[in-house]
Amino acid sequence: MLWSGVDLALRPGQFLAVLGPNGVGKTTLLNVILGLLPASGGTVRVLGKPPGVENHRVGYLPQRRSFDPSVRIRGIDLVRLGLDGDRWGVPLPGARFFSAAARRREAHVRDVIDLVGASEYADHPVGRISGGEQQRLLIAQALVRDPAVLLLDEPLEGLDLSSQASVTALLDRVCRERDIGVLMVTHDINPLLPHVDTVAYVAEGRIAAGTPAEIVTSETLSRLYGTRVDVLRADDGRLAVIGQQVNCGPGQECH
Amino acid sequence: MAALVGAYQEIFSYPFMVNAFRAGTVVAVVAGAIGWFVVLRRQSFTSHALAVVGFPGAAGAALLGISTAAGYFGFCIAAALVIAVVPRAAGASRGEESAVTGTVQAFALASGFLFSSLYRGFLSGISALLFGSFVGITGAQVTALLVVGAATLAVLAAIGRPLLFASLDPEVAAARTVPVRALSVVFLLLLGAAVAEAAQITGALLIFALLVAPPATAQLLTVRPGLGLLLSVTIAVAVTWAGLAFAYYVPYPTGFFITTLAFAAYVAARISHAVGERRAFAGGTV
Repeated sequence: MLWSGVDLALRPGQFLAVLGPNGVGKTTLLNVILGLLPASGGTVRVLGKPPGVENHRVGYLPQRRSFDPSVRIRGIDLVRLGLDGDRWGVPLPGARFFSAAARRREAHVRDVIDLVGASEYADHPVGRISGGEQQRLLIAQALVRDPAVLLLDEPLEGLDLSSQASVTALLDRVCRERDIGVLMVTHDINPLLPHVDTVAYVAEGRIAAGTPAEIVTSETLSRLYGTRVDVLRADDGRLAVIGQQVNCGPGQECH
Repeated sequence: MAALVGAYQEIFSYPFMVNAFRAGTVVAVVAGAIGWFVVLRRQSFTSHALAVVGFPGAAGAALLGISTAAGYFGFCIAAALVIAVVPRAAGASRGEESAVTGTVQAFALASGFLFSSLYRGFLSGISALLFGSFVGITGAQVTALLVVGAATLAVLAAIGRPLLFASLDPEVAAARTVPVRALSVVFLLLLGAAVAEAAQITGALLIFALLVAPPATAQLLTVRPGLGLLLSVTIAVAVTWAGLAFAYYVPYPTGFFITTLAFAAYVAARISHAVGERRAFAGGTV
């Protein structure tokens, strides 16, 4: 049993961040939502159905996968697999010349790649582009079926600060413009604070959920973690969380 | 050009050479296609292990007086099943797995050597099994290769796209309800069949010449999956045809020629790839 007494809901167009130290069961939560693991208790409904039933309407970005330089496949091929990779058979060579449906699919793949701003390097071998560029293409892969829900597992891990900010802004934009419910699991709140509507902090089986203004306070976080956590407010109103042992800011390892 | 056509006309006036080319073409097509996924999935050493296990199968079959092809198919596919089922059931670590593979390979080679020594039919028997041979391929053998090859390619075509997805991105594929585990078992069985086919032309120890070198070359030349598969098959067929022709005129083993040509193609692709990368880097487009 990892958590109990947790009640969370995700609405369309809502950006929810689930935070907590490593090993607290955040990835397990995503696997339960995807129907890959059973919940040990309670009820989980995904788009009104039991988990796993509506997976074609759920976009999923697993914990950081990186493609090493020897992977000889283009980014656009990965995105296309997100669209039709579960269909049996092989694509007909040259289908775009005689099939309008194939042309529509191709245009849709290009549109999604445009949306995430990855057009420039979508035709490069995926192993030869940077981590932030790979992550944009993988987000395109998760979005290509126009999902109603987007699940992301530590999407900012291993990215430099500017990539963290631009990927978060991209997710925020997609969430609002396409009315997608976004659930992001992470251990670092700071890059997310300007964007998220709801945060759920998990620690040692306890959970606190609400708006950042309610939850991201020294009192709540200190009580939750059982140790002193400071929330600082910068001159321009931005918040930064600084913790002892359990939390982490940019560049600090989180345990 | 006319001389080349003339050379092939002379070669094709011998029925045993026609059979060798038929068998070689079937094997090259299957190996080129399956091999493209082998390189992508990094299963080169699995395919080598399967081929080494096929060797005692073929030698044992010869000893019992049945066709070596049956020995290759039986042992390679059985070994593929074992690899698919055993390591995970036992929960073995990666290091343990490679130790198991090494131990089994040594035993398989030794058994094959014993069977070949017990069978004194052909002096060249053992080197043909290990390093390939193209003489004495019967019409029935070609038919068997064709039937197994066609079945292998048909299954590969049926599972192609999900297999590509599961090979590149297993986690997302699983979330999209692609049966990742079942696909890897099916692919191992296809690999067993392809290895058994390739071993009958290149020998058990030189299967990389058709199963790994052509697809590795193709993947250096293009990043497009469809074009890569086509190139891989084309290179495999080309080196097989050229290798068989060389072996007809020059009294060196056919396995040597096929392997050397495949190696040369790979080296050439590697060099042109490195030059292309450097040029792209200098031009600032990468």
